[in-house]
Amino acid sequence: MQHTQFLQPDQQPLQPLAMHPRKFIVWLFMVSIFMMFAGWTSAFLVARSEGDVLNIELPSLFTISTVLLVISSVTMHLAIRSARRDNLQGLKLFLGITLALGVVFLAAQWTGFARFMEMDIYFVGGTAVQSFMYVLPFMHGLHIIAGLIFVGLVLYRAYRFKVHSKNMLSLEMCATFWHFLDALWLYLFLFLTLNA
Amino acid sequence: MIAKQFLVTGLLWAFIGGSLSIMFRLQLGFPEMSQEWLRPLLGDWINSSGKIDPEFYLALVTMHGTIMVFFVLTAGLSGTFSNFLIPLQLGARDMASGFMNMLSYWFFFLSSVIMFASLFVETGPAGAGWTVYPPLSAIQTSISGAGFGLTLWLISMTFFIVSQLLGGINYIATIINLRTRGMSFVRMPLTIWSFFLTAILGLLAFPVLFAAALLLVFDRSLGTAFYLSDIYIAGEALPHVGGSPLLYQHLFWFLGHPEVYIVIMPALGITSEVIATNARKPIFGYRAMIGSLIGISVLSFVVWAHHMFVSGMNPFLGSVFMFLTLIIAVPSGVKVFNYLTTLWRGNIVFTPAMLFSIGLVSLFISGGITGIFLGNAALDVYLHDTYFVVAHFHLVMGAAAFFGMMAGVYHWFPKMFGRMMDNKLGYIHFWMTFVGVYMVFFPMHYIGIAGYPRHYYSWTNFDAFSGFTDLNQFVTIAAIITFSSQLIFAFNFFYSMFFGRKAPANPWRSNTLEWTTPAEPGHGNWPGEIPTVYRWPYDYSKPGAIEDYIPQHIPYSMTPGSNLPHENELADREKDDDAIVVDDTNKH
Ligand code: HEM
Ligand SMILES: [Cu+2]
Repeated sequence: MQHTQFLQPDQQPLQPLAMHPRKFIVWLFMVSIFMMFAGWTSAFLVARSEGDVLNIELPSLFTISTVLLVISSVTMHLAIRSARRDNLQGLKLFLGITLALGVVFLAAQWTGFARFMEMDIYFVGGTAVQSFMYVLPFMHGLHIIAGLIFVGLVLYRAYRFKVHSKNMLSLEMCATFWHFLDALWLYLFLFLTLNA
Repeated sequence: MIAKQFLVTGLLWAFIGGSLSIMFRLQLGFPEMSQEWLRPLLGDWINSSGKIDPEFYLALVTMHGTIMVFFVLTAGLSGTFSNFLIPLQLGARDMASGFMNMLSYWFFFLSSVIMFASLFVETGPAGAGWTVYPPLSAIQTSISGAGFGLTLWLISMTFFIVSQLLGGINYIATIINLRTRGMSFVRMPLTIWSFFLTAILGLLAFPVLFAAALLLVFDRSLGTAFYLSDIYIAGEALPHVGGSPLLYQHLFWFLGHPEVYIVIMPALGITSEVIATNARKPIFGYRAMIGSLIGISVLSFVVWAHHMFVSGMNPFLGSVFMFLTLIIAVPSGVKVFNYLTTLWRGNIVFTPAMLFSIGLVSLFISGGITGIFLGNAALDVYLHDTYFVVAHFHLVMGAAAFFGMMAGVYHWFPKMFGRMMDNKLGYIHFWMTFVGVYMVFFPMHYIGIAGYPRHYYSWTNFDAFSGFTDLNQFVTIAAIITFSSQLIFAFNFFYSMFFGRKAPANPWRSNTLEWTTPAEPGHGNWPGEIPTVYRWPYDYSKPGAIEDYIPQHIPYSMTPGSNLPHENELADREKDDDAIVVDDTNKH
């Protein structure tokens, strides 16, 4: 930081994304995950445009799970704030809550599937659009599991005093990824609400 | 190290893929010939009358395409040179994540093993074409090539996609974050620019292929109906309804078209570098070269439907895609023009790498022109799925990218292995390949215009296609010769690796940073400090300079004779800059 002022602008590589390479890698992963879901959601639209419309009420459970996930993003943010202030107790608490909320979210999604079946919407045996109702939350859920493993690892590090205001990288990467998963679900939820 | 692993694996695949093509070319050129002699290799795939089994023929074509497009020209080409050149040309000690790099290779290796194993399963390898279109591919029992072989194909491709994503993410992160001092974006060699954009294309396109493939897996194994509807087998309707095979085509070509540029762009980057170095001239229109790469990258995402002109799409949509497709000719043309103007009045050194690069330009022109034919929806209705398409993409993608790969190997072999390859053998290899490739693919245009469809096992049963047997024989013979000449390369490659002449530090008198490392770069690439970069990489034959090249790490203050006015200003600033370097080291 101190010596940037001495640098000649045209002698230094421009640093348009001056962030830690690992963090940048997380962003790139998020791009590729998003592209995958963009592929599926656009495929959904194509399948629907083939005349296969069904007016599905999204199970209200999905609304609940959405709220849960949004709250978990908030607790994740609180975890970051605690770590920045070296409040390790708070850090562990909020990370733990995030983790728990993630698990509950998964459970809610799972029961959502059960609701689908009650509504005679099946993964196998129905149309493409019906199957998509399963594919989208399910694939998102797999990523949530990956995210939870990440949160778990950071929590473990927090217990070993490796996460604090001078060592934020892993936590920040984890938080970025978690918020992304949250945003991804919001996108899917809105998408399904509007298009299903 | 990882680069060499990619290279050797890629070359092995190239020979496997090549031999498959010889097998089916024999069938096409000499439909009457007995293939009994292949029985030891193919076993029961040679049927009782001594012919290749027709279904196995489809498998051969499928595997040839898959191997060449993905394993040779994607992993073998960009895997090799991105891993090798990105750190060396940017002045980085290593890739952003060495671990991901290693994973990327081992996922590729795993995918290779599975794909290779699939060649030997009882029902045969995948046979639904390299594009594995449903419904054929979505029903396991449709043909034997849609059975277990295709399952392995899908598993293998999944690992392949993971490998590409890990690799690509790493390339991008390295290029953005780990450039040495002074290496601004507009001082990066064009090779790096091409690897960069290739990686971005991969990052955006491969996940969509994965998305498509996963749905295919669901259809095949779990009984969903994403790509299936109203299919009748033996008069009975299958239970799958409500899907659409066209959905797959959209998803596939959303990857598929960028994929062809993923294949060609690294080759174009390598060509830029090799041509500028060996014409001893700055690349013509450096920024236009970057601009055209960016243009191609952006456009490549909005043209996919030109592979689907005959899918019954709305003709208006067809003309939109036709328009977008034809626009790609503009950046492509810019590149060709700039290659030619770089060569123009250059002081050309005809190294084998240079010959292969010039060969690439030639092939890119020949194949690009037929692209414009095909891009016209009206013409494509006739030409689609004929040998004209086969000729088009083999020239513009297959052969051109292969030439780029060869140019890269000949050019950077000294850096990779510390030894020189033999030039004479290189020349023989080049001329046989260059002439051979044209002999193989040029006649295919005629065959295609005559309406010969691709993927056919034999034409002799059709009155309409009973002509041209001589031309088909000619193509087959040319293919055999071209393939054999690759053995010269193989010999040269492996022999020189161990017994070649020791390479001088900078054999091609090139400007880029990789030639400032020790003969064989060890861990960390540079033993001492990483060189700082002061200029762009194309100061060849600069008026007033002492030699005909000024490497990137030479400050302007050391070349007063050749500096332009604004460069003299930069030279003054360099002095302050050096002061900081000292300052920096004191601090840490
Ligand atoms: C001026 C630029 C180009 C245009 C206008 C163009 C146009 C087309 C069109 C319309 C098709 C579809 C033909 C059909 O199936 O009926 C096609 C096929 C193909 N093109 Fe190009 N192309 C161009 C350049 C390239 C380049 C640079 C590459 C690769 C590096 C490439 C690779 C391919 C491949 C692999 C196929 C066939 C895929 C398959 O069906 O198996 N093309 N091209
Ligand atoms: Cu295309």
